[in-house]
Amino acid sequence: MNRKPEEAAKTIGSYALLILLSCISLFPAFWIVMSSFKTGNSLFSDTLIPRRMTLVHYQELFEQTKYLQWFLNTLKVAALSTLIGTSLLLLASYAISRYRFAGRKSMLTAFLVLQMFPGFMAMIAIYVLLNTLGLLNSHWALVLVYSSGSIITNVFVAKGFFDTIPKSLEDAARIDGASHMKVFLSIMMPLSKPMLTYASLMIFNGCFVDFIFADLILRTEEKRTLAVGLFRMVNQSNSTEFTLFAAGAVLVALPVTLLFIFLQRFLIDGLTAGAMKG
Amino acid sequence: MPKKTGAAVLSAVIPGLGQMYNRQWLKGLAFLVTGMAWFYFMTHGLTGHLRGLITLGELPSRMVKVGKMTRMVEGDHSIFMMINGLMALLALFLYCGFYLLNIRDAFMVGAARARQEQIRSFGQSLKYMGRRHFAYLVLAIPLTAIVFLTILPLVFSVLLAFTNYADPILPPANLVDWVGFGNFKKMLSLDVWSTTFGGILTWTLCWAVIATVTTYIGGVLVAVLIHQPRVRFKKLWRTLLIVPFAIPNMISLLVMRNMFNNQFGPVNKYLGMIGLNGLPWLTDPFWAKVTVILANMWIGIPVTMILAFGVLTTIPRDLYEAAEVDGAGSAHKFRMITLPMVLFATAPILIMQFAGNINSFNVIYLMTNGEPVNPHYQYAGDTDLLVTWLYKLALNQSQYSFASVIGIIIFLLVATFSIWSYRRTRSYKEEDMIT
Repeated sequence: MNRKPEEAAKTIGSYALLILLSCISLFPAFWIVMSSFKTGNSLFSDTLIPRRMTLVHYQELFEQTKYLQWFLNTLKVAALSTLIGTSLLLLASYAISRYRFAGRKSMLTAFLVLQMFPGFMAMIAIYVLLNTLGLLNSHWALVLVYSSGSIITNVFVAKGFFDTIPKSLEDAARIDGASHMKVFLSIMMPLSKPMLTYASLMIFNGCFVDFIFADLILRTEEKRTLAVGLFRMVNQSNSTEFTLFAAGAVLVALPVTLLFIFLQRFLIDGLTAGAMKG
Repeated sequence: MPKKTGAAVLSAVIPGLGQMYNRQWLKGLAFLVTGMAWFYFMTHGLTGHLRGLITLGELPSRMVKVGKMTRMVEGDHSIFMMINGLMALLALFLYCGFYLLNIRDAFMVGAARARQEQIRSFGQSLKYMGRRHFAYLVLAIPLTAIVFLTILPLVFSVLLAFTNYADPILPPANLVDWVGFGNFKKMLSLDVWSTTFGGILTWTLCWAVIATVTTYIGGVLVAVLIHQPRVRFKKLWRTLLIVPFAIPNMISLLVMRNMFNNQFGPVNKYLGMIGLNGLPWLTDPFWAKVTVILANMWIGIPVTMILAFGVLTTIPRDLYEAAEVDGAGSAHKFRMITLPMVLFATAPILIMQFAGNINSFNVIYLMTNGEPVNPHYQYAGDTDLLVTWLYKLALNQSQYSFASVIGIIIFLLVATFSIWSYRRTRSYKEEDMIT
């Protein structure tokens, strides 16, 4: 067995590479967490792990900015959009997957075409539309736009998922005399849990991080969402309030990141399903 | 006259009349009310709105002398007229649909009556609709939302490309006019525009190719690395390497912008520590492009890694065992078994990712904001993609019509690649969706 040393070298090499890659993948997160505990307010520090740790920036965040308000706004918008968006998505994709009706194919083609326009090309029009409806600076406007937008972005994944559920399940229920609505609510809904998790996570995350559209719609500081608030913080005061931004970023990213890692399995399923089925 | 023709003709004259002739009183009444309501709206405003869509306004806001005072008199606002006109057009389409259905219904019921069949009562009709047309009922709400919040705004934006709605001409002070393909011509022939357009288009395509290839190869390599039989704790490595995907990319990009800061950023500081000069990461055109590609790799590799991981677990082990018996080395096995299998399964996504990268707004906007500014460009910088240029043109420079032209061009680019790839996927071959 003269290949042993060679094998060992390969194993060590693989682990070394993996450790290096993990460091790269974790470094920005680690750096921002450390920065948020740093004293002072500048980007610059001579050590990676600060000599003196402080929680003062987190305190500042709640006392000097409207962070808590932003957080509540974001939660409100995200929760409502997720709820409405997921139900609309579920209805639409179920109907498209299970029923054959006139205009079905042209509808699918239309969805495909709509996806290809750059997302905020329609922003000016939506702005004017919301302006005429008197919905500017309102969270409901965001909820409306996010939830209707989420149908188009997720409908193919959701339809693909429903396509995989065997038709015999429904047929059996139909023979027992269940109505369309009953079949949908008591058979399809429970079965679509993995897809529901995936879609709602995607919508929720989208609301959490969108800053362009929210920035356009929300005019006052009290109405802002987290993403808008943070973006303004880092964009206006050019790196002078860096540590404050760091603390804010950690508080936004932490829940979302944990949620993602926790729900990894669903995400992976969703990604692969969406990719394989087009 | 046979009953079906009579009913159809009556319904064609006044909606609902044919239904009443068929003795379906409630249904007829409902149809009649809808028809009357339409007639009212048509005479009160809808025609005006439709004309507004064609003229886009005749009187601009102007100063008028009222007695001794000069006052501002509000004129036509082209943009509102356009949106209202579009809504009126939509209403017209809906009505046409209703009108045709109304005639068809009268005809069908009339025919059924001629065959001496029992006519459904109003309640029975509703129930029948719920059973027969369940899909339409379920789709009604989502579709309404899509029509008003996605399709209508998009049509509006596309129409803007054919107007002269751009900076000096802004309503309500000025009226906007239709200019046909004028903006497209300007974009290609006018020097200020065509230089920028050419430069940005080239960079956008280069970016899309490089961004797709780097994240794809990187992701596949990382997945293969973890998948090796000699590597233990696979789940741990996967979780560690998935972190960039889990952090909201808005946050990580803003963080990276600070990390690559030329003066204070840690990247240059560490380079300084090992005796290297720092690089002008975000201020030099070339290095700014390198930086956004690096940032994109950091964000994009985990996605391909997940996909490739999924494929790798499905490759049967005995393929490798057979190869080992034949004396194949690991490089050989990778080239002959792993790579073809992964490529085969993920090729459609590769094209979709390419199309997606043409539109990757966040990476550019948050990392560099398109900078460094290029003096030869019209409202754009060196790292601007078509999509960020569109954004700047519309929201910072009020060049709405040119922004819409860019939007249409992006659409054409993405559509070409997507349709091409979509025709290769399984669901297309099974369903034959685009005909």
